[in-house]
Amino acid sequence: MAVLDGIPAPLTPGAATKVLVLRNYVVYRGAWKLFITGFLEPVFYLFSIGIGVGQLIDTFEFHGQAIPYAEFVAPAMLATSAFNGALLDSTYNVFFKLKYEKLYDQMLATPLSTGDIARGEIVWGLLRGSVYSAAFLVVMSLMGLTSSWWALLALPATVLIAFAFSAVCMAATTWMKSWQDFDKITLAQMPLFLFSATFFPIEAFGDGVLRWVVEATPLYRGVVLCRELTTGVVTWESGVSVVYLVVMGIIGLAVVRRRLDALLLT
Amino acid sequence: MATDTTPPTRRTRSTARTPRPTGSLSAAEGMSRQYDYWLTVLKRTWRGGVVSSFLTPLLYVVAMGVLLGGFIEGDPERLEGATSYLAFVVPGLVASHAMTIAVSETTYPVMGAIKWHKTFYAQLATPLAVRDLVNAFIGFVMFRVASACAVFMLVLAPFGVFATWWGPILAWLSQLLVGFAFSTLVFAYSARLRSEEGFGILFRLGVIPLTLFSGAFFPIGNLGPVLEWVARLTPLWHGVSLSRMFCVDRVDWSLALLHVVVLVVLTVVGWVLAVRNLDRRLET
Repeated sequence: MAVLDGIPAPLTPGAATKVLVLRNYVVYRGAWKLFITGFLEPVFYLFSIGIGVGQLIDTFEFHGQAIPYAEFVAPAMLATSAFNGALLDSTYNVFFKLKYEKLYDQMLATPLSTGDIARGEIVWGLLRGSVYSAAFLVVMSLMGLTSSWWALLALPATVLIAFAFSAVCMAATTWMKSWQDFDKITLAQMPLFLFSATFFPIEAFGDGVLRWVVEATPLYRGVVLCRELTTGVVTWESGVSVVYLVVMGIIGLAVVRRRLDALLLT
Repeated sequence: MATDTTPPTRRTRSTARTPRPTGSLSAAEGMSRQYDYWLTVLKRTWRGGVVSSFLTPLLYVVAMGVLLGGFIEGDPERLEGATSYLAFVVPGLVASHAMTIAVSETTYPVMGAIKWHKTFYAQLATPLAVRDLVNAFIGFVMFRVASACAVFMLVLAPFGVFATWWGPILAWLSQLLVGFAFSTLVFAYSARLRSEEGFGILFRLGVIPLTLFSGAFFPIGNLGPVLEWVARLTPLWHGVSLSRMFCVDRVDWSLALLHVVVLVVLTVVGWVLAVRNLDRRLET
């Protein structure tokens, strides 16, 4: 590596991200049991709600198609597991590193910049999440719950969901002062998880304002996007969801970088 | 004033250890002496419990019971006697909620009292015995379980999900049994655990599957014959079934007796193990 007057040259963003991802990988290797069981959670939900509760329900209509309940719920589990994973990684873990481990202060003593840290943490979260999502998609297709080749695109869709939420949640974490503040995260997480047309169709909200509000929330966009892809009903609405999530992630990332600058470099 | 002239030399552990007090106080006295300690804990931590104890389960009731339930036919034959999915799911949800509170209050807090804050060591330096520590700890957890379930059941009463007025009271008592069984068993588990990684595993391989497959969300008959029997062997199913039969007023008294016996036996076993494991752990 080029060294000028004893000061190492700054890393390129790509190289810096790689270093950070490698660091997280090395740390996480010790907790492999936790890693494996993380995959089971959405599968349990799928079996329980999709199959168990599904036997009590006929079919749901989605974009004019009647689909069995398990097929309706599975893509929602896929999307919400990407959401939950991203949320946990970018809140509790980041907070711990920021406040207790002082990990980022240490990193900034190296040629890494705050932008590198934000990107590196998020890329790591995305990699971990996509392993789960890919495994879940395999389970779905083995159970016959995917009905189109579009389902392959559900994997990048989950990465997009994870990206949008990681960035925004990491930004939110930079404002947190204590563990008590995480109640507010739960306060946002639970309603999003339960009411984003995950377990029942959006029609349950009627045709009023409530439905519009739900349609404008990010997790709903993610759930609907995954559902459109796994059932093969891709519409213009899918494009709207993609743009929505991309914009959300970019804004989050910019805020994270600015906030880390303010917290760690002043 | 007593004058202690012994120089504060560093003594080795083995010589410093005095014989462990083995229940010189009566069980009631041992618990009551810790009353103000746990009251202080409650005063400082109840706010954090509000979201997890009350709001989260209520959101589940609205999402699963009311909204999803709107798409499910209220056929008592398929819903273990309940006339609507809401009436079916509510007693199960409250019972599994009792389990969740019992487990979360006996995992990290127990490890904290052993390893991080070392509260147990401090308490043992008094006339309290290990047995008393376990009793008061479980007592506090059960206060949380009892109050959360009571509030939950009261809030649900206006939804018209209870068939009789006395059923919900017996259902509440069955939820307490669930709380007792899980808090003592998990206490015993936590007392042995050296690292908190085990809690992640417990939640993912224990609490979540139990919540999802112990008949809280759907009749266990839907699982197929083999898994149905697996579900029957889980402690939570006994609590869910008991809670539900009282709420929907379709009580099979001999089955109810079996449920009670199972939960009581589990509680006794859990308590004995909890005391034994904590005693061993605090020695080393």
